[in-house]
Amino acid sequence: MNALHAISDGLVIAKRNLIKIRRVPDVLVFVLLSPIMFVLLFAYVFGSAIQIPGGSYREFLMAGIFAQTVVFGATFTGAGLADDMQKGIIDRFRSLPMSRSAVVMGRTASDVVYNVLTLLIMALTGLIVGWRIHSGFLEAALGFGLLLLFAYSISWMMALIGLTVPSVEVLNNASFMVIFPITFIANTFVPSENLPTVLRVFAEWNPISALTQATRELFGNLPPGTPDPATWPLQNPVVYSLIWAVIIIAVFAPLSVRRYKRVAKKR
Amino acid sequence: MDNIVEARGLVKKYGEVVALDGLDLSVSRGAIAALLGPNGAGKTTVVSILTTLIEPDEGSASVAGVDVLRRPAEVRKLIGLSGQYAAVDKDLSGYENLDMIGRLYRLGRKRSKVRARELLEQFDLVDAADRPVKTYSGGMRRRLDLAGALVDESPVLFLDEPTTGLDLPSRTELWNLIRDLVSRGTTLLLTTQYLEEADRLADDVLVIDNGRAIAQGTTDELKDMVGGERIEVRVVSPEAVPGVREVLARHAVGDLQDGERPRVVVAPVSGGAPVLSRVLADIEADGIETSEVVLRRPTLDDVFLALTGRAAEPQEEQPPPDKASRKGAA
Repeated sequence: MNALHAISDGLVIAKRNLIKIRRVPDVLVFVLLSPIMFVLLFAYVFGSAIQIPGGSYREFLMAGIFAQTVVFGATFTGAGLADDMQKGIIDRFRSLPMSRSAVVMGRTASDVVYNVLTLLIMALTGLIVGWRIHSGFLEAALGFGLLLLFAYSISWMMALIGLTVPSVEVLNNASFMVIFPITFIANTFVPSENLPTVLRVFAEWNPISALTQATRELFGNLPPGTPDPATWPLQNPVVYSLIWAVIIIAVFAPLSVRRYKRVAKKR
Repeated sequence: MDNIVEARGLVKKYGEVVALDGLDLSVSRGAIAALLGPNGAGKTTVVSILTTLIEPDEGSASVAGVDVLRRPAEVRKLIGLSGQYAAVDKDLSGYENLDMIGRLYRLGRKRSKVRARELLEQFDLVDAADRPVKTYSGGMRRRLDLAGALVDESPVLFLDEPTTGLDLPSRTELWNLIRDLVSRGTTLLLTTQYLEEADRLADDVLVIDNGRAIAQGTTDELKDMVGGERIEVRVVSPEAVPGVREVLARHAVGDLQDGERPRVVVAPVSGGAPVLSRVLADIEADGIETSEVVLRRPTLDDVFLALTGRAAEPQEEQPPPDKASRKGAA
């Protein structure tokens, strides 16, 4: 009964968020155009300069761009909630007899839809610049599924932050400061073996590396003859990314809902 | 008396700042009650507590007999809230906003649609129904926000500064809508810093200042608290002030006051027009040049002045912080 209410209220909120993709140019740019730009930029700027023995750097790169872009996409969750708070819409929702988890659930759910669109656009752009999936349909689907699930978990983290910071600007700046290094100190754009020791260890245990590695394997984008990774997370990247995603959701979903129940616009 | 909203001893502190300092409040069923006070008096905090948005540090409150602290979910089914800054989604159309609120009140798909159209009609927003709210004027947004509070035909409505920042025509229009609402038996608690608004709308006014109630009554009772009528005389030159004070002192029933404007003297009187004509005759006889002579009932400004020793001074508000956050947000 309660769960059904939460889901139906969550869907109402998700629908409201999705209406915006047609109305707000910022959203359209963020969800659809920036992924195209990222793929082209990395493929042609880095892709022309870096050689990978026995393979195509462009293919190597795609999984990294996918991972970075969907993780960045999760900041959208936080920005959306911070914006709703600033504008007083959260106050309206909190005065309604609706489920107390619906606003955050609806937000994270609509952001999955955004990320599906983002991935679709990126994949199409990738195909145009010469990226190919060399595995089967099932593995490829698993790869995309893993990217979405991981981004979904980061969404919950961002939801908590979005309901805590005073403004959208603070959220955007703060998440940029964190997500940028996390997605770069990883195997996303360059093989992590050549990094200085401290960064290399960080990169090897960084869940973004595991996510990238898993996606690369599932798409069949690892260049032939790549040496097997030395650490457990990169040897079992699917499991390692799943563990992280589950832990992040288990921690941040209850925290975000609790935060939602308590927030009130500053008076 | 059948009270539908009750609050006892509400205390709310934000760090050092005491927003509410032991406030009591009651609103009888079907009444329009106004919380009147300057900015920062604690009005919004009261509304936030009664609508379950925040919890008080001390005290208790109930709406229609339901305890706000113990059973907030029940309370939310009984109330409609319209906030100080129009809390509608600017990227959605007016219709989509109301339809969404209906769904969240769990009116069901069909009823939500019907109700949204009804309200758009009632609030004269039919032509704009399918346009995004960001194309609406300030007055239209307020009307939509007010409509949002009415979606479920809740028995108790809270309107937090419903007309703040609006121009006079939009304000008058909203007043008419609000009055119309309550003639249908809805109980309404509104906050305002406009004395005129409380005077026009409310049966019962609670004057609050620094988180405390400093007076309660009908607007008439409040006016009687500071005496009956007054005569206000403005003279042409400052030298004439002592002369006019002397004249007015002969007819006043209490102490004379200086008006807020220069060269104005105010005298409490009783007896109405006959007193006024005697005052005019004396002024004439003494050869005092006046630019204005008025007989009036006290305004709520006089009430506030008498209760707190200072003017209510509603500052002209800044427009809602709209432009703050366009970037990267949805």
